[in-house]
Amino acid sequence: MADLPPSVLVANRGEIACRIIRTAQRLGIRTIAVHSDADAGALFVEMADEAHRLGPAPAAESYLRIDRILEVAEATGAACVHPGYGFLSERAEFAEACAEAGIIFVGPPAAAIRAMGLKDAAKALVARAGVPVVPGYHGAEQDPEVLRQEANSVGYPVLIKAVAGGGGKGMRRVEREAEFLDALQGARREATAAFGDPRVLVEKYVLSPRHVEMQVFADAHGHVVHLFERDCSLQRRHQKVIEEAPAPGMSPETREAMGRAAIEAARAVGYVGAGTVEFIADGRDGLRPDRFWFMEMNTRLQVEHPVTEAITGLDLVELQFRVAAGGRLPFLQEDVRADGHAVEARLYAEDPAAGFLPSTGRLWALDLAEGNGVRIDSGVRAGDDVSPYYDPMIAKVIVHAGDRGAALDRLSQALSETVVAGPRTNVALLRRLADAEAFRRADFDTGFIERNLEQLGVAAAPLDASMVAAGAVHLVRRAQARLAAATSLRQGARPGPWRVTDGFQLVGASSRGLLVTADGETLELRVEFDAKGPRVAGASEDCTLVEAEEEVLVLRDGRQIRVALHDPFDVDLERLDQEGAVKAPMHGRVVAVFVEPGDLVEKGQRLAVVEAMKMEHTLVAPAPGEVIEVAVEVGAQVAEGARVVALKGVSDE
Amino acid sequence: MPIIRSTADLTSGEAVANREAWGRMSADLRARRDAVAAGGSERARERHVARGKLLPRERVMRLLDPGSPFLELGSLAAYGMYEDAIHGAGIITGIGRVMGREVMIVCNDSTVKGGTYYPMTVKKHLRAQEVARENRLPCVYLVDSGGANLPHQTEVFPDRDHFGRIFYNQATMSAAGIPQIACVMGSCTAGGAYVPAMSDETVIVRGQGTIFLGGPPLVKAATGEVVSAEDLGGADVHTRQSGVADHYATGDDHALAIVRRIVGTLNTRKGMELDLAEPVEPLHAESELEAIVPTDLKRQYDSREVIARLVDGSEFDEFKRLYGTTLVTGFARIWGIPVGIVANNGILFSDSALKGAHFVELCCHRRIPLLFLQNISGFMVGRQYEAGGIAKDGAKLVTAVACAQVPKVTLLVGGSFGAGNYGMCGRAYQPRFLFAWPNSRISVMGGEQAASVLATVRREGLEAQGRDWSAEEEEAFRAPIRERYEAEGSPYYATARLWDDGIILPGETRRVLGLSFSAALNAPTPEQRFGVFRM
Repeated sequence: MADLPPSVLVANRGEIACRIIRTAQRLGIRTIAVHSDADAGALFVEMADEAHRLGPAPAAESYLRIDRILEVAEATGAACVHPGYGFLSERAEFAEACAEAGIIFVGPPAAAIRAMGLKDAAKALVARAGVPVVPGYHGAEQDPEVLRQEANSVGYPVLIKAVAGGGGKGMRRVEREAEFLDALQGARREATAAFGDPRVLVEKYVLSPRHVEMQVFADAHGHVVHLFERDCSLQRRHQKVIEEAPAPGMSPETREAMGRAAIEAARAVGYVGAGTVEFIADGRDGLRPDRFWFMEMNTRLQVEHPVTEAITGLDLVELQFRVAAGGRLPFLQEDVRADGHAVEARLYAEDPAAGFLPSTGRLWALDLAEGNGVRIDSGVRAGDDVSPYYDPMIAKVIVHAGDRGAALDRLSQALSETVVAGPRTNVALLRRLADAEAFRRADFDTGFIERNLEQLGVAAAPLDASMVAAGAVHLVRRAQARLAAATSLRQGARPGPWRVTDGFQLVGASSRGLLVTADGETLELRVEFDAKGPRVAGASEDCTLVEAEEEVLVLRDGRQIRVALHDPFDVDLERLDQEGAVKAPMHGRVVAVFVEPGDLVEKGQRLAVVEAMKMEHTLVAPAPGEVIEVAVEVGAQVAEGARVVALKGVSDE
Repeated sequence: MPIIRSTADLTSGEAVANREAWGRMSADLRARRDAVAAGGSERARERHVARGKLLPRERVMRLLDPGSPFLELGSLAAYGMYEDAIHGAGIITGIGRVMGREVMIVCNDSTVKGGTYYPMTVKKHLRAQEVARENRLPCVYLVDSGGANLPHQTEVFPDRDHFGRIFYNQATMSAAGIPQIACVMGSCTAGGAYVPAMSDETVIVRGQGTIFLGGPPLVKAATGEVVSAEDLGGADVHTRQSGVADHYATGDDHALAIVRRIVGTLNTRKGMELDLAEPVEPLHAESELEAIVPTDLKRQYDSREVIARLVDGSEFDEFKRLYGTTLVTGFARIWGIPVGIVANNGILFSDSALKGAHFVELCCHRRIPLLFLQNISGFMVGRQYEAGGIAKDGAKLVTAVACAQVPKVTLLVGGSFGAGNYGMCGRAYQPRFLFAWPNSRISVMGGEQAASVLATVRREGLEAQGRDWSAEEEEAFRAPIRERYEAEGSPYYATARLWDDGIILPGETRRVLGLSFSAALNAPTPEQRFGVFRM
């Protein structure tokens, strides 16, 4: 059998597609990209040796189309398919379909995917193999007294959860036995109301929970190793934000125990390839060998695999190819060494101040601080669009240094040098996290970000006048340059006394008011002119200014303000005084429209719902009025700022 | 070209004294300008702004290209002429750049007596139109005026150069292809209604601009109809029904943006068929003028020292340097524009007048614009000179200057007396622009000479009657004459009456001249013909 497959179809997009292609190309494997219409010009498409269209932008019509992907694989003679993460990576039927088509699936056997995909069954399965799982009662018996007994044996605090649960409904934390029955009653009442199902389960409530996961690797010859742990406790709503390896406070004993448990879990399902076993650990007194419990196993390459690569010096994608081709792991557990400390930060196109809404659109500038111990995994370039159709991650910034402090210093530095203009990003939050004193002390858990949103500067801040002023000065200069260019075209470029823009005049000093819009807010600034050019008092001198069509993006310390000259022509003279437009807050898809022309609406009444990146945004009437126009249909895509509904009797403000 | 080597001693006691004197003069001018810049009373301005209107100067600034120069004309008009301070005669006029083109802006200041037209307001408005016509500058009227000032109606309504001339000018300029654009940003009542109505294109601001021949009070008095100003002549009426205005603006900024867009579509282009060069700063700093030029007109100085500080690279190609030396003539460039300079260097004699006539003719043949630096106490008098025909030689210079079709710009750098004013292109000789330094004086003769002449006549009359006139009596006779000449010869007296286009400082002069000549290049030079030169 060959050491490596001769070709690979990368059934993914974005940074992970680029990441896989990079290793494949280094290994001499022919790379075949597949893409949606939205990604026709994407970096990974350009990097691959060949690229083929799957379908329209929505993932369900492209990246999730098993039939289309296999068609391309067969047509191109792909030896294997690498699913990356997300999309089809954990779909057993995809692995099976590949096998049927005689194409290697770079991942575990379908049975292992399936076994680990059923979360409760997986817990039971690994528990039987001796892997610790969160103590609790998941049984059918619902007698309150039985449940109380179970809670007592688990030990307080415990969590009562609705079996049918979700969204925190029917969930109660119980501190002591005396409170149990009351809490149970409440949880049942809520569960019945919310789901029509009163059944509950009882689990140990883990205080100070840390998310620690073990990277495992197995070959088809029964050889399973772990590649140390990663700590992914810095999360927001279960989305990892910063990951690192090794986990702070990890003792050799705990690592040994956790590694053994992870290997056992993998063995329990006959695992092959790269996988991650996630544990929840009680971090109150550091990470102890008896205080971690199995959560689930991710049967694929993880987003955060580069931190493991950084400390082990291994290329996990290369190992995946070798194992997929039937090769043996080229090392034993004791050969695996960890060197230094690595941290990864996920740079997202999202607006932390607006509830972390995805912030899509053109990347007018993208400058990621690569090199000097900083690795960047990204799938976009300056000039690309961050599409509303997929995960809005811009890049992973991975740093590696001798110790944790040095690594976080390096991360902080790299983030401070990072320039992203266009979409809003979480770069300021990431930098504050890297600098956060408690995090540096390793005093953190999975609730750290949510508890510290304000200290982390996530709250919406008022417009920074000095940044707006800097943007305004830039726009005035640009307006002057455009006028100068037009004049040169008309009557030659020769300088003359009228062409100097020093504001020369005989009476008073030259100054004027200037209306600008800054992040949609209209402001009036005063511009003064002299021989040095236009000036606005208080303008910041150390901003990065990036032109984005008619706007200028003013960046400083990870903050961005979009500044444009106010357009006095942006007024609909036909409808003056008659209508108020309710506009889409972001690019997205209209999923519901509740009104039609002629309807009378109250202030705050729901008009329509726009969905972007799984987040639904409800548009409400800003004031009472009559609907005079519904400009969209359900299912339509709308651009940010596009008019959705027009109301009579309310103004634009 | 030869460079003027300055021999001025900039550290002498005299230079220091000159600087001090200029410092006082500059401060005085700036104080007057500042008073004017404010416009009307604070209360009037507050009321204006509270209505959602921009102040007039702000309107001008927002109309202009950002950072554009603004060559304001007649800013001190009406200064001290009426009981109340009618700053700038209640109107702002000047040339500025809009969409890269030089445009004449005429902007009413309704914070000054409601923007009503005093006699000087009319004169200033007409002067702006004259400048626009001569230099082919599109006109933008930012209208916000209550119309003619009724108490002064005899001085603003009936005569040729009164209110009606504004509309005559609009019609005839439009006919000549000089665009007329009105932006109605406030009242526009009665005769004033013709400003927008006579314009090629008109913008009106909703809720602010109104155009009607008779306002609501007049309508009520005449017919009993009760109607609001907005319903009678607001933006909706005129853009939707009457067609008196063409563009509907939601506010001042919108209106000014529309005007800018209109100017952008005028399809005009500055010709400039001259041999232009890259502008170069003078070798000798303009700021040194204040050390060199005495504010006392009795002190003579070499006008080449002034020229050296105004022209590109201080380069001056002098013509007939050794002939008629009381008049300096020669070629230079200002902001890259070729100019012929005629500068006084003493009293005018026959030879200097002949030299001047020759030089002016030369410039006209070559189509080179002319700059006159006036510092003239007059032509030489006396039997010998009359017999030598100084009158006909002076007439030759006056003929040449009067007929010269090239752009002429006159700057008063000292005295402007008697027939010297004519030969050196005074206001009557229609220079495209005329500016004065604050040290200048203008009158038919000096106060002392006038007093002497009148006293001599008086003495002769008394003596013929055999009456005696004591020295004390004579002095009592002469003093008020001197005083009156002193007051009326002041450049502020002159500029208030628009005998010039404004008082400027030496440090502003080069730029103002550059702007003036450059603006003049918007018009082609008409065909040149001279009258009969008396030989």
